[in-house]
Formats: sequence, structure tokens, C-alpha cells
Amino acid sequence: MSAKKASKEKKIKQKFSRQLMWKQRYLLLMSVPFVVWLIIFKYIPLWGWTMAFQEVKPRTMTLPIWERPFVGFSNFIKAFQDRMFTQTVINTIGLSILGIALGTVSAILFALVLNEIRFNKFKKVSQTISYLPHFVSWVVIASIAKMVLNDGGMLDTLFGKNLGLMSTNSPLFWVTVCLINIWKEVGWDAIVYLSAMAGIDQGLYEAAKVDGANRLQRIWHITLPGIKPTIVVLLIMGIGGALNVGMERQMLLSNGIVQDHAMVLSWFAYVRGIGNSNYGLGTAIGMFQSLVGVILLLIANKVAGWLGESKLI
Amino acid sequence: MAKMKGNRIKSHDNIMDWILLVILLLLVIITLYPFLNVLAISLNDPIDTMRNINFIIPRKFTWSNYVYVFTENNLGSAFMLSVARTVIGSVFSVICTAMLAYVLSRKDFYFNKLFTILFVVTMYVSGGLIPEYLLLMRDLKLGNNFLVYLIPGLIWVYNMILVRSFIEGLPIALQEAARVDGANDFIIWLKIVLPLCKPVLATVFLFYAVGQWNSFMDTYLYAKELPTLQYVLYEIMEKAQVKIDPHAAEQLKNAVSPLSIRMAVTIVATVPILIVYPFLQKHFVGGMTVGAVKD
Repeated sequence: MSAKKASKEKKIKQKFSRQLMWKQRYLLLMSVPFVVWLIIFKYIPLWGWTMAFQEVKPRTMTLPIWERPFVGFSNFIKAFQDRMFTQTVINTIGLSILGIALGTVSAILFALVLNEIRFNKFKKVSQTISYLPHFVSWVVIASIAKMVLNDGGMLDTLFGKNLGLMSTNSPLFWVTVCLINIWKEVGWDAIVYLSAMAGIDQGLYEAAKVDGANRLQRIWHITLPGIKPTIVVLLIMGIGGALNVGMERQMLLSNGIVQDHAMVLSWFAYVRGIGNSNYGLGTAIGMFQSLVGVILLLIANKVAGWLGESKLI
Repeated sequence: MAKMKGNRIKSHDNIMDWILLVILLLLVIITLYPFLNVLAISLNDPIDTMRNINFIIPRKFTWSNYVYVFTENNLGSAFMLSVARTVIGSVFSVICTAMLAYVLSRKDFYFNKLFTILFVVTMYVSGGLIPEYLLLMRDLKLGNNFLVYLIPGLIWVYNMILVRSFIEGLPIALQEAARVDGANDFIIWLKIVLPLCKPVLATVFLFYAVGQWNSFMDTYLYAKELPTLQYVLYEIMEKAQVKIDPHAAEQLKNAVSPLSIRMAVTIVATVPILIVYPFLQKHFVGGMTVGAVKD
């Protein structure tokens, strides 16, 4: 009876009225403060994008936003001409591509191992252990990683020679970062693939067994095609976020020697914007990152469409 | 013939089982070994540690590193600050999230759609680092203020949606009954909805708590004078990269070494996660599915 009434109420479009507001005064009291919070902390910063087109340095900052000198695209031009800019973009893209490729492959492989193994108890325990590092902070991970990978660290002593994983100023550092990232996230990333695998029709496996397909063949012809849509969606999302390599991880894992190959766009925006107090320039770098990200997402989405895959958008 | 083939597949499968077991075992070791190594170093005599750092059982057991961590002023207060922001911040966030989630679960609320859209949009667009920095530091003057740990990250929209989906799954009849008895919306939320939401609130609490405990960037950007444990660990790491001067090396004889201290702090920064981990692990799977069902 009451449920019926409720659904009827839903259909009737309510008109704004003072009585209705009074009737819902508690609901308003319980939500409006959070909307105010939202506007202050999430929407007002959006307005800050305009700084990309202004000269905003400590000198001009005290001026109200409409009196600051508008400088057109000169912040962007300055950013592109920056000595570090090209290398930073290359680092960001290199890290992303490597991270997506290695991360996806290892997560799928790990999910396959878990999916195939028959020792259920051990499977459960090891899965639980596998996503433990996901919940540990990057600072802790960096502290551990530096102990293990630094010159003369655990891995060096294990191999008996200096591998230079953390002290070679070359793209090798990207590999180091990606490996650390995989160590941290592989268990967590595998969850989504595992649940996709659980959704595959078991009848297919039975049929394949009857036809004499061995385990590898079953994986190749049933499991992998079964999780293909999931892989595509995650890849599109990954490519869309390709430029959004977080500053926290890079900053914590890097050191003075490898900094040239650790710098990524978000960090660069921080260094130029806040470190050098050139807020307009920093915002322009951040804006470039976001815009290129959107373009990449659209391209990846389109390509997935051409390949006959389900699109994200 | 067919039978033989069947047997061969079976034995082939059996070998596969064992190979998989070995692979998984290796992966578990790779995951756990560094943690155990850190733990062992933190419990080992610092001078003995310098011989070789590759061990997982303390060779010369000592508590001295931990004693140093908790008696050294800076570290003790950082620990307390981390605990404070985790407890206060998470409780505060959970209450606010639950309140908002309840309102947005009410389909009859006039602004339901508008508010929901306003919140969801912020999951996809953001002003970026610098506008946020200027807002917090210059306009709101929250720099080096404890509130900077509580307010900007008050509600995670994802968590709010999780709670909202859960509330929508509750039988509406209870709310209706309370309303007939004359309860207002706030009382219904407090007395009826909240107690029923305990499982999802536990999940969300853990998400917030882990986020608060692990948070590093906000201290780094906004509140270097209010260092949390994570930030102090970062500082120790940075210091270790500077060449240790001979006087410091001299001091090492007093059974304190940067590496051992760092490892002890690393463990202290990890242990709370380990303590809540069984709950985390139990709840987040439930929480995930709650979210998934709705989508």
C-alpha cells in the first residue's frame, strides 16, 4: 500500500512551493551544508582554469581576478619552450605506456593463475596477501623499495652486483617504477579480471573438455575471449588517464640522480606553479595535461569502436 | 585409445596444478619477503644490520629502534597526529557521508536530482592542483591548520554512492512506519536508517581511515608544520639520501642508524593497516558488490 503510494508520488512531478520546502526542511538541513562545501572545495577551483590565460605571480595575485593582466596563450607557449617540457612529456607517456602494458599483462596472468589453481584454501590466502600492498601508503612502499633496490640494497646483495635500478638516469628508471607499481597493485588489479572470469559460462569449459581441449587451450579460447570486453574497457580508461601519472609516486620514488627521467606533468605543474610561484604557468601545464587526456580518451574510444569492441562512451 | 588420451590430459593437468602452485607460492614470497625483511631490520641491532641487510629473522634482537622512535619527540607527536586525523577525520566523514547519502536516497526530495548530479560531476572534473592550493592556502588560510586534514576531503563521492545504494536496498516500510508514528526525517535517519547501515558504514569507515592514515600529499603541500607519520618517514628518507657526515657516523655507535630507524618507522606506519586488514578485506568485497549491484 505504502510502496504503491510512494511510486505514485515519484511519477507526479513535484512543483516547487514553500509548503514543500517546509515539509522537506530536515532533508534540506541535512544536505545543503554539503552542497555548500562541494561548491567551495570542488567548483570554485574549477574557476581557477582561467588563471592559465593570465599572468598570475605573487605580484599580480592580490588583484581581483578580472583585473589581472590577460596574456592569451603566452603561458602555454612558455610551458612548451621550457627546457624540461619535452622530456617531461616523454617521461609521462613512456611511464604510462609501460605501466599499462606491463600492468595489464601481469594482472591478467595473476588472475589466470588464481582462476586455474585448485588448492582453494591456498588460493584464498594468497589472494588476500596479494592485495595487502594496495592498502599500504606510497611513502611506506617507497621506503621499502629504496631499501630493496638502492645501490647496495637487498637485490644488489642478492645478485652480488650493482644493478643500478634506482641510480641510472635513463628510461630504466621507468621500468623500476613500473615494477614497483606492479608489486603494489597486481593483486588489486586482478580482482576485476577474476570477477570477469567468474562470469564466464561454465558450460563452455565442459564442452571444450569433451572436445579434448587441454587447459592452455581452454584458457586461450575461452577465458581470454571471455574477459576481452573487460580488458578493452580498462585499456580505454588507462589510455584516457595516460597523462595523469600521479606526482606522489614519482616524487617519493625518485632521487636527485634519476630526476630527469622521473619528472611527470603533474609534478612539473607543481614545480613551476607552486615551487616557482608562477601560478599561471603551472595552471597552463595542468590544463594541457587534462585537455590532452580528454583527447586521448576520445581517440582510444574511437579506435575500440573501429575494432568492433564495446565502447566506453 | 580414447581412454589413454583422457589419462594423458589428466596427468598433464595435474602437472599444471603443481606448476601453478609453485608460481603462486613464489608470488606470495615476493610480496611478503620485503615486509618481513623490513620487520627483521627494525628489530635487529643497527650495527649488526650493517653487515648484511638481507635477512628475515633478527640476528641480534633489540627493541632499541622502536624505543628511539617513540621517545624521540618529533616522531611521537607525528604518530599522535596521524592517529588523531585518522580517528577524527574518519568518524566525521562517515557521519557526513551517511547523512548526505540518506537525503540523496530519498526520491521524493525536491533537489535530489540536482544535488546528485552536482556531486557526481566532481568525480570526473577537478580544478587541478594549483587552484586548489591557492584556495586552501591563500583564500581560506588553512595552511598548517589541522582542519586541512578534515575539510577538503570530507566526502568521497564514491563512498557516498556506496552508502546510498545500500540505503535504497533497505525495505522502505520501516521508514514509512516511523513517519506514521510522527518521526521527522532527521529522526528517521538517526534511529532507523543508521543502525541498518552498519555493514556499509563499516566499509566506508575503513576506506576513509586508510585514506587518512596513508595520506601524505596534503601534509607535503599544505601543512608541513603539522607532520604526520607518513611525512616524517618521507623526511627521514630524504635525509638518508644526503651523504651522512662523519659526525653522524660517529653517533651511530649509540645504536641508532638511519636505516634501522627508517625501517622501524616504516613498520609503525604499516601496522595499523595490518590490524584493520582482516576487516578491510572482509568488508570491501561486500562493499564492492553493493556498489556493483546498483550499477
